[in-house]
Amino acid sequence: MRNPQRTEKIAFFFLFLATLVIALPVGLVVIIIISKGLPAINWQFLSDIPRQGMRSGGIFPAIMGTVYLVTGAIIFALPIGLLAAVYLSEYAKDNLLTRVIKLAIVNLAGVPSVVYGLFGLALFVVFFKFGASILSGSLTLGIMILPIIITASREALESVPYSFREVSYSLGASKWQTIRHIVLPNAIPGILTGTILGLGRAAGETAPILFTVAAFYLPQLPKSIFDQAMALPYHLYVISTQVPNVDEKIRYATALVLLVLVLCMNLVAILIRYQFRKRKKW
Amino acid sequence: MVKFNIEGLNIWFGQIHSIKELRMEIYANEILSVIGPANSGKTTFLRMLNRLNELEMNFSMKGKVEFDGQGIFTFDTEVLRKKIGMVFALPLPLPLSIFGNVAYGARMHGVRQKKKLEDIVEKALQEAYLWDEVKDRLGASAFKLSGGQQQRLCIARTLAVEPEVILFDEPCSGLDPISTAKVEEAMRKLKQHYSLVLVTNNVKQAARVGDRTAFFLSGELVEIDKTEKIFTMPSDTRTDEYIRGKFG
Repeated sequence: MRNPQRTEKIAFFFLFLATLVIALPVGLVVIIIISKGLPAINWQFLSDIPRQGMRSGGIFPAIMGTVYLVTGAIIFALPIGLLAAVYLSEYAKDNLLTRVIKLAIVNLAGVPSVVYGLFGLALFVVFFKFGASILSGSLTLGIMILPIIITASREALESVPYSFREVSYSLGASKWQTIRHIVLPNAIPGILTGTILGLGRAAGETAPILFTVAAFYLPQLPKSIFDQAMALPYHLYVISTQVPNVDEKIRYATALVLLVLVLCMNLVAILIRYQFRKRKKW
Repeated sequence: MVKFNIEGLNIWFGQIHSIKELRMEIYANEILSVIGPANSGKTTFLRMLNRLNELEMNFSMKGKVEFDGQGIFTFDTEVLRKKIGMVFALPLPLPLSIFGNVAYGARMHGVRQKKKLEDIVEKALQEAYLWDEVKDRLGASAFKLSGGQQQRLCIARTLAVEPEVILFDEPCSGLDPISTAKVEEAMRKLKQHYSLVLVTNNVKQAARVGDRTAFFLSGELVEIDKTEKIFTMPSDTRTDEYIRGKFG
């Protein structure tokens, strides 16, 4: 009764079906958001402050708020994450302390985002007295994306062939010279991948900024990093649940802007990564 | 003149005793071939000389290794490895241009002026018999070269730091006969200025280029003598059996 051709077809059918099931929601999300949101997008929507209790006007302060927060989070998380990753993958000896640190990083990645929000409130807003501010929000988001950046950077560093290091040492280069001139340049694409992932996460999360920075309604741009700011995900939450009678178009348009903003930021990182990949030639 | 003086050297990797009670000397301006079957400790011996072994986690050793009359552990690793270059079994260009590969060592040792780097690179490439083949494309990726060219590039890269000794770890194992001949030619010329230690699986190669030949077996140095003597009337029967291809 065995018929290899038929089993082949059945297997193919289910494999293809599963793939389709994945692609379908992605496509639907994009289509729905674009079709419902695009009509509301115009220059005024992108550049004006919210008006009439956020029922009309624009979302410019929220866009800029998100840009500030994400930039701040990356400025904080990328150097620290990268240095920690270099230490862990190049210098750390395989002992108990190292293993505990690695375990802590893995666990940090699994902490729910609302917990980061509360942590940021307790540490930055209250303890360090930064108040609800861009600084507090950026630091909270930065801590949230640290594990992503560290894990991706470590993988990138460890994927640089060991033989390159040996060659470099054999020519009398020191460990740091080897890392600086051979290992790091070749790990940059992988490090940027981690940064992209972290960036997308930082831009989209609502909970960590809820208590640390996000303003319900603040129709002006922040003047310093100690000011509160609006942010797109939180603004979306507000106009979807807290403010009655907001036009559906505006909600979807806000979601679309958030989506495009994250895509644009990713695109920049992808382009940089592409430039470096072209140089990678082993 | 004695370059290396080794006495009572034992090396372990974890439980494995890789080198047993080694005692030998390496002279200046000679090519010393090291032959022996797999796992005989040849490569471990070689990597002892420029202290690459200690990068392994479970490495431990006992004994005396002197370079120019001074224990190798009294040197900074960077200084020692600058004096003792190494060419690896597979051509291993760094992911840089041809120029970048050869200039790498000099740059790491602080040479900054472009003119000086260019001189170093040209000289090294000429010594490795590669200059004529690459002089028009120094900026190209080193990975664009053929296997044999890559290996000569690696030799040039080693020469560019002006070492006193060059260690070759089966440098021709991945190369065709013509590339091998070119590498061997380069080695013979290099002998005038450097001491060469050549670990090889190719017994014929040892016979062709070595002034002296050492035969390792299971971590022990069975015999070391003039190459003609080893290949015509070795004093140990195991050497005789190995070079005649009875085992290995």
